[in-house]
Amino acid sequence: MSIQITIDGQPVVTEAGENLVDVAAQNSVYIPTLCYLKGKPCLGTCRVCSVRVNGHFTAACSVPVTEGMQVEVDTAELADMRKALIESLFSEGNHNCPSCEKSGRCELQATGYEVGMVVSRFPYRFPLRPREVAADHIWLERDRCIFCQRCVEFIRDRQTDQKIFAIKGRGTAAQIEVNTELANRMPPEQVREAADICPVGCIIEKGVGFNDPIGRRKFELQSVRERALGEEES
Amino acid sequence: MNNRIQAIIQRYQTDRTRLLDMLWELHHLYGYLPDEALSELADGLNMAVEDVRETSSFYHYFHHRSTGSYTLYLSNTVIARMQGYQEVLDALERETGATLGEMDPSGTFSLYDTPCIGLSDQEPAMLVDEVVFTRLTPEKVSGIISQLKCGRSPEEIANPRALPKADIAYIDQLVGTNICKAGPVFFHKGNDFPELLKNCLDAGPEAVIAAITQAQLRGHGGAGFATGLKWKLCREAPGATKYIICNADEGEPGTFKDRVLLTRSPQAVLMGMVLAASVIGAREGIIYLRQEYIYLKAYLEQQLQLFREQQLLGKNILGRADFNFDIRIQMGAGAYICGDESALIESCEGKRGTPRVKPPYPVEQGYLGMPTCVNNVETLVAVTRVMQEGAEWYQSLGTEDSRGCRLMSVSGDCQRPGVYEIEWGTSLNQLLTLVGAEDPWAVQISGPSGECVAVDKGGERRFGYGDLSCNGSVMIFNRSRDLLGIVKHFMQFFVDESCGICTPCRSGNVDLRNKMERIIAGRGCQQDLDEMVSWGELVRSTSRCGLGGTSPNPILTTLQQFPELYQAKLTEQSGVLLPSFDLEAALQGNERARIELTHHDYIPRELIQDPETEK
Repeated sequence: MSIQITIDGQPVVTEAGENLVDVAAQNSVYIPTLCYLKGKPCLGTCRVCSVRVNGHFTAACSVPVTEGMQVEVDTAELADMRKALIESLFSEGNHNCPSCEKSGRCELQATGYEVGMVVSRFPYRFPLRPREVAADHIWLERDRCIFCQRCVEFIRDRQTDQKIFAIKGRGTAAQIEVNTELANRMPPEQVREAADICPVGCIIEKGVGFNDPIGRRKFELQSVRERALGEEES
Repeated sequence: MNNRIQAIIQRYQTDRTRLLDMLWELHHLYGYLPDEALSELADGLNMAVEDVRETSSFYHYFHHRSTGSYTLYLSNTVIARMQGYQEVLDALERETGATLGEMDPSGTFSLYDTPCIGLSDQEPAMLVDEVVFTRLTPEKVSGIISQLKCGRSPEEIANPRALPKADIAYIDQLVGTNICKAGPVFFHKGNDFPELLKNCLDAGPEAVIAAITQAQLRGHGGAGFATGLKWKLCREAPGATKYIICNADEGEPGTFKDRVLLTRSPQAVLMGMVLAASVIGAREGIIYLRQEYIYLKAYLEQQLQLFREQQLLGKNILGRADFNFDIRIQMGAGAYICGDESALIESCEGKRGTPRVKPPYPVEQGYLGMPTCVNNVETLVAVTRVMQEGAEWYQSLGTEDSRGCRLMSVSGDCQRPGVYEIEWGTSLNQLLTLVGAEDPWAVQISGPSGECVAVDKGGERRFGYGDLSCNGSVMIFNRSRDLLGIVKHFMQFFVDESCGICTPCRSGNVDLRNKMERIIAGRGCQQDLDEMVSWGELVRSTSRCGLGGTSPNPILTTLQQFPELYQAKLTEQSGVLLPSFDLEAALQGNERARIELTHHDYIPRELIQDPETEK
């Protein structure tokens, strides 16, 4: 059913039930995201896509659009909140971009640039979380995990449909785990999928490091905003 | 394969949604959850063991290392701390030989603290396995521990007359119910439930919804959603089957009225569930009972049995061929967040108690994906009473925007802590007089997630959805209390209880707690206060659920009500460095790096001398 909503005061015609992040993107309004994957069930974990809908703060990725919805995206207050959430992720873990294998293809880094982050307003915690290296083709740099749950929800063992990745503990004690046996039987393309789906440098493919030269890395070729808006590579 | 584990899996028909129950059975078998047992359980359920542990590690009553023969949980609440928590803890450590969080060398006792166990009117209190001991003193602790050492079980100590656990006398022996003021709604006696149900079934579901709607009954869990509307939505939602869940996960620190209702009015709770089932078309109901109330379980099972015997539960209820409904009790395992209805549903499905993304709402897709109605214990009793006495009767109680009565769990600095039934519209001062508050200075309304009210400013405010929309927790503090310390305790509670699924709540609450510690230590400046407000707003606005939506409240509401307490702690900035910046500590990093580089060796931080202790 065709409906009309407004985004930052601009009328937008779309289909009822579409995801707000997608609707905004189709209308050239970029809403930063980290956990959201188009076409997959909403995870709603990072909250980096926070907007106002009918006056209330909400995560855009969790909103199916309905008739008459009034959406605010581009206000100074909201932009600062989204930036603060990204900064919060940077201070909560250890994100040392220059030494990270994922640099240049890291969504957290790219989104940080996109929202104009320079330094985190929150005190850096420098957590010590042991890395997990037992699997043959994959290792986990746990201090980079942002608990987005993408790997937990979307990467499954193809024979048994069991979870390969899981979270242990809760709150600040939470950490990402991987089942070594299941990880070892992931086919190479699934290993790559897991590394790619990770929006930070937590899931790393063994034997693949700083493969792309600076200047030819994913988000240097096309920014995270351009990718989200589906613009052609220039 | 271990036969006992196989038997557990078979008992639950390899149904992974019953994982919480299976984990409890394993826990009872071994005293904790050994890795090998979890692996076998995982194999039997076609799950990765990490997936099983994803659930088990979420709940703090599940242990993954061996525990002593007796597991002791001392309730760690601000009220307990006002009433001798530390002395009791010292006595426990001394008598058991276990330090907090550990097991004693002989493997007899494991000692933990735990957030509010719903006994704020009789603190200090502790659970020893599944038995509760209240009003503890160091002497009482000595007695209990020495008896345990002599081989008497916690049950034998707490229940010397060996009363059956299903008897109310057993519960009365363990805990006081302290109903200080009963009213027209919640503790009604002389009920004829078969008659009531018959009348409601004859009138039909639409009439029941109409009555509840006309009574303007709103949920007593805290959010205040219209009960009639919730039932209507759930009734109308398409679904092959539907569920009714009673939320008895009374986790808000300071509340205990649901415990008292489950003890004194259990059948009115069950009646509310049966009525809900008849209206929405549910065949199964669940009471989600927090582990802290495990000692009520046998009693509640007995009440369910009595209902079945009266044909109020089971097949063909009251002889009606089309009405089949029964209730099971789901034990929680220690997680405040499970009071959130969607987290509670996840927990019932054997998963982590993570609040769901909404929409869809539980009335559309809840338990096992089916329309589900989750109601608080108190709401269900109110439903029963509305249907007994009529909507007009209920409407005559309370105020225009808040009909009826509500139960208050009152604790802290007052002469008569306990449960009070008050009409909505009662003022805070009236309640304080009623309970014999002693020099009340600040009142924490609705627990940590609510608000702190300065009595001299807000004493005339009234309880009701429009103003003091209280969830039942009222904690009173007099002028001798360390309010900032209480705020810090509350923030620690939220840090501990955040499920961690979303960024602002998981990370932001840590920052807020750290700021609070800085202020209390006298190293904060105005900038810290400003940042607390802005970071608090961020957490409140962007979190996924009500936990993060309310967790900054202890700071934000005390800053607003008692700004002078914060101002008195501030330090002026002198020079270019913030007062919180510890230059000496910062330079330690350099010293440490220098030593490490010289010796090519990692040196644990604690081995490098702290300049503070040197002085």
